[in-house]
Amino acid sequence: MDKFDMSLESMLETFIFESNTLLEQLDAILLKSEKSNDMEQEDINEIFRIMHTIKGSAAMMGIENVSTVAHRIEDLFFIIRENKSATADYSSIYDIVFQGSDFIKSEIESIQDETTKAADPEELIGRIQEEIDFIKGGTAQKKAKPAAKQKANKPVVKEETEAAGQEPTVVEDSAAEQTAVAEELPEKEDNGKAETVVRVFFEDGCKMENIRAFMLINNMKDYCEKLTYEPQDIETDQNTAKQIVESGFIISFVPFNGNDEIYKIIETSLYIKSYEVLSDGAAVVEETKAAAAAQQETAEKQAAAIENVNTAVQQSKSVKQNLISVNLNKLDELMDLVGELVITESMVIANPDLKGMQLENFTKASRQLRKLTDELQDIVMSIRMVPVSGVFNKMNRIVRDMSKKLNKEVELELIGEDTEVDKTIIDSLGDPLMHLIRNAMDHGLEVTEDRIKKGKSPVGKVILSAENTAGEVVIRVSDDGAGINPSKILKKARANGLLTKNDADYTEKEIYNMIMLPGFSTNTEVTEFSGRGVGMDVARKNIEKVGGSISIESKLDKGTTFIIKIPLTLAIVDGMEVSVGGSILTIPITSIRESFKIQPKQIVKDVNGTEMIMIRGECYPVIRIFEAFGIDTKITNVLDGIIILVETEDKAVCLLADQLIGEQQVVVKPLPNYLNRFNVKERGVAGCTILGDGSISLILDIKNLIANN
Amino acid sequence: MAQVLENITDVEDSLKEKYLTFIIDDQSYCIDIRYVIEIIVVQPITQVPELPEYLKGIINLRGKVIPVLDVRLRFGKEERPYDDKTCFVVVDVNGNSVGIIVDQVDEVMRIPDADIAAPPSFSKNGSSRYVKGIGKIGEDVKLILDCQKLLSDDEMDELSAITENMEK
Repeated sequence: MDKFDMSLESMLETFIFESNTLLEQLDAILLKSEKSNDMEQEDINEIFRIMHTIKGSAAMMGIENVSTVAHRIEDLFFIIRENKSATADYSSIYDIVFQGSDFIKSEIESIQDETTKAADPEELIGRIQEEIDFIKGGTAQKKAKPAAKQKANKPVVKEETEAAGQEPTVVEDSAAEQTAVAEELPEKEDNGKAETVVRVFFEDGCKMENIRAFMLINNMKDYCEKLTYEPQDIETDQNTAKQIVESGFIISFVPFNGNDEIYKIIETSLYIKSYEVLSDGAAVVEETKAAAAAQQETAEKQAAAIENVNTAVQQSKSVKQNLISVNLNKLDELMDLVGELVITESMVIANPDLKGMQLENFTKASRQLRKLTDELQDIVMSIRMVPVSGVFNKMNRIVRDMSKKLNKEVELELIGEDTEVDKTIIDSLGDPLMHLIRNAMDHGLEVTEDRIKKGKSPVGKVILSAENTAGEVVIRVSDDGAGINPSKILKKARANGLLTKNDADYTEKEIYNMIMLPGFSTNTEVTEFSGRGVGMDVARKNIEKVGGSISIESKLDKGTTFIIKIPLTLAIVDGMEVSVGGSILTIPITSIRESFKIQPKQIVKDVNGTEMIMIRGECYPVIRIFEAFGIDTKITNVLDGIIILVETEDKAVCLLADQLIGEQQVVVKPLPNYLNRFNVKERGVAGCTILGDGSISLILDIKNLIANN
Repeated sequence: MAQVLENITDVEDSLKEKYLTFIIDDQSYCIDIRYVIEIIVVQPITQVPELPEYLKGIINLRGKVIPVLDVRLRFGKEERPYDDKTCFVVVDVNGNSVGIIVDQVDEVMRIPDADIAAPPSFSKNGSSRYVKGIGKIGEDVKLILDCQKLLSDDEMDELSAITENMEK
């Protein structure tokens, strides 16, 4: 049995993408409201909209359980919106909506998996219904509610007007609803095109009333089909000012888009004290607005709020038109193509046929071409860049759930969410970050009592930050918890038989790194969240897979910081080409410290006869690339070749190559999958790239190269 | 599902029972033409460390990086220098493109399933372990190679063979 209408399979991807985006939005709103312990009208409307969209598209896709749950949540929010004042306590609602959101998420996730059965939403729906009944019960005396269902298809803001309009008796004290009534009325006479007459009073002593009136007219002009006013020659006759002060400025107009637009113009104009609608089109409803100045103010505020919602909706619409979602595969292809283009370009420009020729025009044209391809490359790269905020915001939810379950109060601070990284990197960032955050909350932060004892704030703090430094993105997960106790780790490592040296020989860094070993957990108990010693290992593997590294800093009782460094992009790296025998190898520039020729006196031999190179008083071991990679070359003596000093975070070594060829930007291509079962990567090959002449150059992975030699 | 399968078979019908034959050490071998993508002349090979001897390295096939496998070495025969008859046959097995290096490509021929006999089970050494059938064309005998086996891991094969024996 399929869980969705198979004829709509082509829509599936869009549906999943859209729904996930909406659910993320929903989570964000809920978290925000829960924090401030208040739900704003705007938020309620937004949730309502989200649920409505999900319901609609799920129903279209034939995913029944999702659409039912979305529908019930929609009902719930309809009622909340109707009874805002009566439902001051939202805490139970958050839980239910989070559950609903999770339910929908997991259903959508498993939608293509035919083996799992569609989950039964009955229980959840029951709980939502209870909540609905509860709210209803609390406000039953207020009024009978119109059936939630009928309204589901109408735009939200308008519904508000309708709801208010149906029972004008309740609107005594709420200026917002009064505005709503005002909005309601013009709608009726829109069709009749009758004139509306408004009398405007300016603030006392604001001077030049006639000019202000003229400016107001000017503002209104574009929105009105017909526009007359009294007194008439305000622009030229100074005396009209007096008349306006005494008897007000009377405007008659027929608007294009309904009176509320005009009212808004009047409300937002400067120096206007109040205005009254003398005749509201054909209906001739006289509505005194804002008799008291205070009420006027609130009305303006509320009107502005509604306007904000409107503009927000409009804005999000107009933004949407500038954004298109693109299949990532197409972007990958584009990237590949640009890569090919860069390669082909250098094939043409550095063509051996051109050697020794004086080609002034050709050089000029090729320089132009280089500039264009560089630009093209930059643009394609920037397309693939996405802000980390998506992943970061997901952490809010994890912190919330965990702090509830662990009974620790935790505040999550996000810094630099707009930092951008390559899409492929983003995807493999979520899991490691989740592990690190969980780790920080479960192991890092102390329980509240201990925190108070230590004189810390009872609320723990986890900071998740991202920043962009030259060619790298640095992500930090820090907590202000207990910190790592090195002796505890050593003891544990000793017990697990992981130590090979004396305790004293381990540096702090080495000790910290032990917690990322598989199967290593300092927690004696296995909890729901951590303690199996798998998480940190997985986190590290995931980060290393995208070419990143992870390190730890910690201070006892001050907290722990995990520092993740990842390259901005995987696709193109700056590399140094070196030749070894007949092969050309690429060393990433980021790992090169310097390159030089050495003097015989710089060679130091240890007791085993292993050569070391002394540079500025420090000794570095030598790795001969030809040896490590089994390449035949004539240059085997460190004195004959060129030495390249490379480093990783904790180690530096000298590499021996035949000669340097030059620096070049190269497009990284992964090694064929077929070779994955051999230890090529562990041996120190990160990938390969195609050079200008069509030959292949292996890209070295310095970290693995050092580790395995 | 069944219908989709039928469609695929329709397309593949034209390739059915057809084999590409090539020569190594004067012996004619053939592989199912459905695996073959193209045949190219010798390309410069980039060595990759840590690979078994029969995997010579990687080549650049119009921007795609593919590994190349020397069939001679795979069969445990002597390596010999490439000449102008040496060819790389690019095959696609389970989504992996691999170039296989052969002494000489012969022809494409049809061998009806009925003319294919099971391989003799006397030897597990050299080339015979990769033979999945023996095709008879008149007086000629062609050894039909199992592409999957040719590309897969020896150790894995041996392991699974042992477990199979144990089960028996």
